[in-house]
Amino acid sequence: MPHTHDVTVVGAGPAGVAAAVEAAEAGLDVALIDAAAQPGGQYWRHFDEDRARPEDRRGHHGWPVFTGLRDRLYVLRDAGRVHYLPGHQVWLATRDDAGTFTLRVTPTVRDPEPAGPGHGGTGHDGQDPVVARALILCPGGYDRQLPFPGWDLPGAMAAGGVQALLKGHRALAGRRAVVGGTGPFLLPVASGLAHAGAQVAAVVEANATLGWLRDPVGAVSAPGKGVEAAQYAATLARHRIPYRTRTVIRAILGDGRVEAVRTVKVDREGRPAGPEREIAADLVALGWGFTPSLELPLMLGAATRQDVDGSLVVEVDDLQRSSVDGVYVAGEATGVGGAALSVSEGRLSALALAAALGRPRMDPGTNADADRNTEAAGNTDADGTTDGNTSADKSAASGAAADPAGIRRVQARIRRGRRFAAAMHRTYPVPAAWPRSLPDATVVCRCEEVTYGDLRHAHAELGATDARTLKMLARPGMGWCQGRICGYATAGIAAWLDGRRPTADDLLPLSGRTPAVPVRLGELAALAETVTADPAGP
Amino acid sequence: MSTALQGAGPGPTLSRSADLVIVGAGVVGAAAAYFAALAGRRVVVVDRGAIAGGTSSAGEGNLLVSDKEAGPELDLALYSQAVWREDLAEHAGLWEFEAKGGLVVAATEHSVAGLRELSVHQRASGVEVHDVGHSALHEYEPHLSKDLAGAAFYPQDAQVQPMLVVAHLLRLARGLGATVRTGTEVTGFLRSGDRVTGVRSTAGDIPAGAVLNAAGTWAGEVAALAHVAVPVRPRRGFVLVTEPMPPRTVRHKVYAAEYVGDVASSDAALQTSPVVEGTDSGTILIGASRERVGFDRTVSVPAISTLAAKAVALFPMLREVRLMRTYHGFRPYCPDHLPVIGADPRAPGLWHACGHEGAGIGLSAGTGKLIAQALTGGQPDLDLTPFAPDRFTDRTQDAEEAVS
Repeated sequence: MPHTHDVTVVGAGPAGVAAAVEAAEAGLDVALIDAAAQPGGQYWRHFDEDRARPEDRRGHHGWPVFTGLRDRLYVLRDAGRVHYLPGHQVWLATRDDAGTFTLRVTPTVRDPEPAGPGHGGTGHDGQDPVVARALILCPGGYDRQLPFPGWDLPGAMAAGGVQALLKGHRALAGRRAVVGGTGPFLLPVASGLAHAGAQVAAVVEANATLGWLRDPVGAVSAPGKGVEAAQYAATLARHRIPYRTRTVIRAILGDGRVEAVRTVKVDREGRPAGPEREIAADLVALGWGFTPSLELPLMLGAATRQDVDGSLVVEVDDLQRSSVDGVYVAGEATGVGGAALSVSEGRLSALALAAALGRPRMDPGTNADADRNTEAAGNTDADGTTDGNTSADKSAASGAAADPAGIRRVQARIRRGRRFAAAMHRTYPVPAAWPRSLPDATVVCRCEEVTYGDLRHAHAELGATDARTLKMLARPGMGWCQGRICGYATAGIAAWLDGRRPTADDLLPLSGRTPAVPVRLGELAALAETVTADPAGP
Repeated sequence: MSTALQGAGPGPTLSRSADLVIVGAGVVGAAAAYFAALAGRRVVVVDRGAIAGGTSSAGEGNLLVSDKEAGPELDLALYSQAVWREDLAEHAGLWEFEAKGGLVVAATEHSVAGLRELSVHQRASGVEVHDVGHSALHEYEPHLSKDLAGAAFYPQDAQVQPMLVVAHLLRLARGLGATVRTGTEVTGFLRSGDRVTGVRSTAGDIPAGAVLNAAGTWAGEVAALAHVAVPVRPRRGFVLVTEPMPPRTVRHKVYAAEYVGDVASSDAALQTSPVVEGTDSGTILIGASRERVGFDRTVSVPAISTLAAKAVALFPMLREVRLMRTYHGFRPYCPDHLPVIGADPRAPGLWHACGHEGAGIGLSAGTGKLIAQALTGGQPDLDLTPFAPDRFTDRTQDAEEAVS
């Protein structure tokens, strides 16, 4: 029998690290599983810690918050209070009859195996499962992509992918870049590219302005964001990067790889409203917001809803509890809202779980430290480390702490963060009519090479009036990525063809995946040998 | 399309009445719609969801004769084979019809002997069977385990992409004047005395000369609206889908001899027997599990892991192949494993075509044609008596409840 933890936290990004640290400091027995080799998630992705350089923190916001959380995590790990399993992905999550949760994991990167003829290669099958009484799922999200002519050319990348190469590998994906799509995330990507020495030919923003700066709700909700945005504006100005609003990339041009983009001014609905312009580039970084990763919550049956930005997200209550008893969800999977909100949600889920398990915190001092810490994640990228890391020592010694007032403070912070996120989403919507001028030849699903014309045919001739039927009849989302890349777009096209807005019902069939990541049949088969007696037997 | 009608309450009569309302836009409803429209009938198909939204989109697209013992279901399967290959021959490419053949493999000499015995009776019913010895196995399937004793090859076994079957049959039916209303739920029946004279639906009343219940696993609920009992129950099955593999990695529909026994079994507990086959898109599909757990949609680790283990036992190379996706569905299952096809004497005007269990894709073409023949007053090509809707006695239903 594997050891049963109090809680397994999945994901070591802002929400997950905060949740794991907070839960362990509250005295819970914690397992933390993360796909990456080191903590930080996408937001605080960084170069190999063993070969860190001071400039690796450049472009990071709330870096001291992260290092504070990380230091606490390592202290807790070394003290045996967090079983930290980096470099592993959960492929199957099940709820057991006893009410516990069993997660099956597989290494993110598989060790090469001798695979000659006659070699069974069974050595890696049947890795120990991770079992816990509760789950805090912090799976994060990834770049939302929209298909348009040329988006599948080499040199066209997700903005987050460009950023990941920079932060994680100090690698520049091109020399002359255009950054396009919508939302504030385009700015750090452009800024990061410029800092790293690329020429950024333009930032192409589909919506009107940096409106969330002027939105009274948004500005009040996240004061730090104003400073952050001012820094980006300064970077853009210093590097003479044009910031073109109400403009979209209509096509990416090139023979075998990206050579230029064709942009056009658009009106409020996304209709062309000006002459086209060509901009030479060898790299296009594209971002239309983010899509939460819902594989694990959906596998466990958690209820979902559609968020302001149109994404399918997990429904949680004011203690981060999903509809499934014992399953807490924090971070982007409950609604895209950024790192500071994610940290708060991670903390709240841990505090709420600790309270539910009867481990109320006893040291309010730790909590106050952590509160300040969280605030900093949404604040300017100030130099120097804050004192957040001292709390780990304190609580590691005293074994925990939180009070109802502490929970209320985090809840208030989350409410402010949500208001800000909603204002941001309303400022940067994906243009409702984005499929309007898609040529039939545009590839929508790259894995299965399904074009927009194929989808139109399935709708018009075969009666596919919803996304699931479209997927069944034309195969978008049926390939390698299982709809991770084209899912949002396919749902949007299904609705567009049917003359309506996409609904949760359109998104759902393209969001659930079992297994959560591809896994060798040998690994699945190994469960049969250990879990079940085989009644029929071959 | 139906969206314009959504939200309309029951009551108002649609301007257009029909000769036949078909409840259920799955493969059986689509086949019936096509053949009835072909016979000149005005057909309206209604479904509360989308087309092929239930079990039709949750299987593997089997057109099998190999897994059936001699009897009425095998007769229907053979008849259906003829309909697929003759009546529907010109459309076969639309739904990726592939006469790939089925290879039933046996691990022991004892089970080879069982296969040979089964094939004697199948041949007598008109099934083509080739005995395959141990030494010839790898000519059929190069990647098969070396540990198998023998096999039987069934050249008539074929495969289709079932969702495309449904979509194109309905498209062809529309071309013949049929109407398809998705997102329209039947809420009751119009009656004149005992007689069924149409349906009530969320899009209004639809008067009709006859109503066909083709609601698959949910057919019992539809029948209950007409106050008749049709004992169709769900029998859950999982299918595993691998990453795309090179063409002809698995050439035929390959399954283990035990599958025949599992299909015919009434056991409620989990049964798994490996069924492995390639598809046009390169993925390999692995079925088939059977368990009676109601409409439970949670993933079953015992079911999917046992499927994987048994598939790997048949094809050792699959151990290193990655699983991309699993899906599940609910076979419409009757206590005697036979479908329900024909007029219901308990409710004149109501017909049924449901309860085809795991064979509905294969049996749909024949079922649709037979129903159309019977509905238009003709003598069906095949005697429908074994499939009579009122064949279930209270006793069989009680026994069914007892094992549920």
